[in-house]
Amino acid sequence: MRDACDFDYLIIGNSAGAVGCIECLRSVDQEGTIGLVAEEDYRVYSRALLPYCLSGQIGRDKLYYRPLDFYDRAGVSVFKGQRAVKIDNQERLVNLTDRTRLGYGKLLIAAGGEPIRPPIPGIDKQNVYSFHSMPDLLGIEKELAVAKSALVLGGGVIGLMAAEALHKRGIDVHVVELADRLLASAVDETASELVKDALEKAGVTLYLSSAVERVQGAERLQSVTLKDGRSIPCDLLIVGAGVAPRVELAEGTGIEVERGIVVNKKMQTTVPDIFACGDCASIYNFVTGTEQNLPLWPNAYLGGRIAGFNMAGIEKVFVQGAAMNAMHFFGVNIINAGINLTGSNQKDGLRVIKEYKRDSRIYRKFIISEKGHIKGFILVGNIARAGIFLNLMRRKIDVRDFQQALLKSDFGYADLPEALRWELLQGDVILGVV
Amino acid sequence: MGRIKAKPEVCMGCHLCEIWCAVAHSKSKHIIKAFLYEVDKPLPRLVVEEKLPLTFVLQCRHCAEPDCVAACISGALSKDPQSGRVIYDADRCVGCYSCVLTCPYGSILINPQKRGIIKCDLCAGLDSLYCVSHCPNEALTYEDS
Repeated sequence: MRDACDFDYLIIGNSAGAVGCIECLRSVDQEGTIGLVAEEDYRVYSRALLPYCLSGQIGRDKLYYRPLDFYDRAGVSVFKGQRAVKIDNQERLVNLTDRTRLGYGKLLIAAGGEPIRPPIPGIDKQNVYSFHSMPDLLGIEKELAVAKSALVLGGGVIGLMAAEALHKRGIDVHVVELADRLLASAVDETASELVKDALEKAGVTLYLSSAVERVQGAERLQSVTLKDGRSIPCDLLIVGAGVAPRVELAEGTGIEVERGIVVNKKMQTTVPDIFACGDCASIYNFVTGTEQNLPLWPNAYLGGRIAGFNMAGIEKVFVQGAAMNAMHFFGVNIINAGINLTGSNQKDGLRVIKEYKRDSRIYRKFIISEKGHIKGFILVGNIARAGIFLNLMRRKIDVRDFQQALLKSDFGYADLPEALRWELLQGDVILGVV
Repeated sequence: MGRIKAKPEVCMGCHLCEIWCAVAHSKSKHIIKAFLYEVDKPLPRLVVEEKLPLTFVLQCRHCAEPDCVAACISGALSKDPQSGRVIYDADRCVGCYSCVLTCPYGSILINPQKRGIIKCDLCAGLDSLYCVSHCPNEALTYEDS
């Protein structure tokens, strides 16, 4: 006898990966039962929208990623405010915090990531927040009623988005970054410089090659001391120091974990009938050919979708995952994907073609392998039709015959050699009419 | 799911499809009023690919597995299960441009007037597909699949 509810499909997590999986499952299987364990009490919202809400660009109602009746229409039983604490893969049961036990036929772990809190003395003070969840947003919102000056720890994507949002709310913003440039893991020196200029021009104060020594104050922070001795008075601290994959559920199950939960191209973990996707997983990176933690929205949604197909017995592989970002800071649009080749990170056999138009602040860079495959690119300023480059990268097209055309501001399918162009657009155009 | 397909060999590169696409998505749907008097300048939602003498039109393919929908962080892009159209809800869009990053056809265009995108909606709610019906040389056709 089992004292549990049984589901054909059980999903742990309630963000992009879970929705990708549910939408896929319901397109191929209307009958199977679906259960979902949601740690937070909210219906599914988009973490990626938090900066837009903080800046005031959108209201809180727009944070929700799917309509109010999403779960009902998809026939999903939601266990809200519950955390999955243990997977028993022998009995095929998941234990929740309130001791409920849920049985599964197929299980998807889409548990996401946990914001990293660097071990800095005083970082546990009241007005210190990560920027990763609805409670974070609500907490920061509350502080804004009185806050005048904020320090953002981390000059990566999240940190800079938080910085811009706070600046738009009239807060004096300081960004502290360990590396000697912004967005160091995503883009190269030139792109970093363009972003730095945009932030400084807007009035954000940057502290590069800097680290926080101590967070000062009693219960609430009042200032931050840097390693070089400088002190920055502030009444709000946002920690944007990255996100670690949540892999704790894999413990004791035999599921292989590297940085994230390791999955194959079908999103299967090393334990039968257990799948994983999104920020908690290490997925196949088609650019590098290795498994990597790639905590980005498109990877999470598509990974969940491919997991859904395989959970429903339809074999599909996820081979579109890679590092990729669409970003914008104070009006500067940036898109990057694939390998990030920088001054300090050179690799054999890779060539670079690039163009930097200093006056218009437009930058384009492509990293090309010996075989002529695009392995990475950065676009700043003009990001139009960027997806064509991603497509050429995914399809491992030899671009050597037309590589200079990649730098054209209006590059398109017309710039490809004829045979390749019509091959890529097969089924999209009609040829042979004259 | 039907699609608009271009016939590159008979496309003259006249760009009338652009004009009529813009008119189709204007307020007045009137070619003179739209271009002369409307506050938001009418914008085409398709691209004329051009490397003379080659010209042809490319617009949203309304993909079976749309990468733009997967990448959309706000729920502004969705695939309508009934019609198969990839639908854009401007009201939900924040202009993150993840769809511009992922569309393999480069068919999601950046709206120059306000942060957001513009894309082909297969003339939803209109009586015809304007680019197809106004092409003077029948270089565009709608094919039911």
